[in-house]
Amino acid sequence: MSLPRSLYVPALVGLSLLVLPIVGLISRVDPDTFWSDLTSPGALAALRLSLVTGACATIVCLVLGVPLAIVIARAPRRAAAIVRTLVLVPLVLPPMVGGLALLALAGRSGLLGRPLFEISGFSLPYTTAAVVIAQAFVAMPFLVIAVEGTLRTSGTSHEQVAAGLGAGRWRVLTRITLPLCLPGVAAGTVLCFARALGEFGATALFAGNAPGVTQTMPLAIYTAFNGVGVTQDSALAMAVLLLVSAAVIVAGLRTWREDPVR
Amino acid sequence: MRRSMVLVLALALSACGSLDTDGEPDGSGPLVIVAAASLHAAFDDLADAFTERFPQYRVAPIEYDGSQALAVRLLDGAEVDVVAFADEMSLRPVTDAGIVEGHTIFATNTLRIAVPPGNPRSITTLQDLADPDLAVVLCAPDVPCGAASEALLDAAGVHVRPVSQETNVTSVLNRVAWGEADAGLVYATDVAASAGRVDGVTPPNADTVVNRYPIAVASAAPSAASAHAFVEFVMSRRGQAILAAHGFGAP
Repeated sequence: MSLPRSLYVPALVGLSLLVLPIVGLISRVDPDTFWSDLTSPGALAALRLSLVTGACATIVCLVLGVPLAIVIARAPRRAAAIVRTLVLVPLVLPPMVGGLALLALAGRSGLLGRPLFEISGFSLPYTTAAVVIAQAFVAMPFLVIAVEGTLRTSGTSHEQVAAGLGAGRWRVLTRITLPLCLPGVAAGTVLCFARALGEFGATALFAGNAPGVTQTMPLAIYTAFNGVGVTQDSALAMAVLLLVSAAVIVAGLRTWREDPVR
Repeated sequence: MRRSMVLVLALALSACGSLDTDGEPDGSGPLVIVAAASLHAAFDDLADAFTERFPQYRVAPIEYDGSQALAVRLLDGAEVDVVAFADEMSLRPVTDAGIVEGHTIFATNTLRIAVPPGNPRSITTLQDLADPDLAVVLCAPDVPCGAASEALLDAAGVHVRPVSQETNVTSVLNRVAWGEADAGLVYATDVAASAGRVDGVTPPNADTVVNRYPIAVASAAPSAASAHAFVEFVMSRRGQAILAAHGFGAP
């Protein structure tokens, strides 16, 4: 398909806005210490934790978010609008506020967390599970909106035909609805994972910052950045490591997805 | 209509300009100060007292941040007049780059154990922090308050496993104040500034680890005369009294 030539100008400017700062970041890397910074145990532990918690958060988002998206897509208009607004709230909140909100609910002094702590002595903050929850909190809206959008455009005609032919509710859901929303799920999963990987404010506040347990890559970068002197170079190296890992995974996820439009 | 607007604007601007000529001949604008986060309340008071004592000077709203973040901005070329950090080590890269030449120690700060009001877990010594049932938060070792905490604990021979390593001391204080942690190591000035949200326990060997706060005038300061006047004021009896009122120790 041929596009009007003038469209390429804003497109290129937009691409530059996204790509050039990354180029600038990479240009600041100190080549002498780069490899040792990248492979330091702290950096690798943070990367491993980020990837594991990001994957777990994405799974949580899929298990909870896809049903939510289907419910919103098939709900009456007014109810759907209200629920959609509620789902979008974590997107609008600055992540640190999200972290505060999670603490207010599930922290040791929180609404639900305090009785839990007083009864069992267990509290969510400072655990790896808290990292997963914080990441799921900020990333789920992306998945829900992507899936819900796909379902709304595909309409209900297929489901109605299937029901008319005698298919039960579960059959309609698993054979018609879910395959229809798969492109949305694929796109939403990529967004969700990328967002979870880059999450910083909510995890910093809710889960804390303990190396090996809750110190994800963004937290490790921030801690190194706030360190004295030499650690700024390791912050840069870790930033590049996170960039490359995220790019590889996102690219990998997208090639796995089947794209019928092309 | 438009011409009269321009006239009014020109008059207003010249009136503003005439205020400056009563000040120092270096034609200085307001004094640009950057200071460590722990100096927040104290430096706001110092700036007010300074402009009260010397009405010909003006102080721009002071910028507070972690000493390391400030150092990065200075090395990147931010234009400032006065620099005040929380420890000498953070100032070293700035001195090495020639942005400041030499510094004066204007205050000291020692560590306290922050506990929720009433000290529900009855913590009295550093050894109590080693209890594995306690949720203790510390500053990350690379941050000045973290380096100080580590030195203090090492000197006492105590090994603490913190549940979280915060990147600034305010986060440590907040966690204790919210009830999310049982104890944390913060500065004496943080306890004083917390207005009762936390209680401070003075560990027996608190004086073995002292944070010395340096203040310096930038070599390329746009308002050098007023910058030197401010540093003199900080070192004067009045300035030192204000610092003491906020919990700082003598230099």
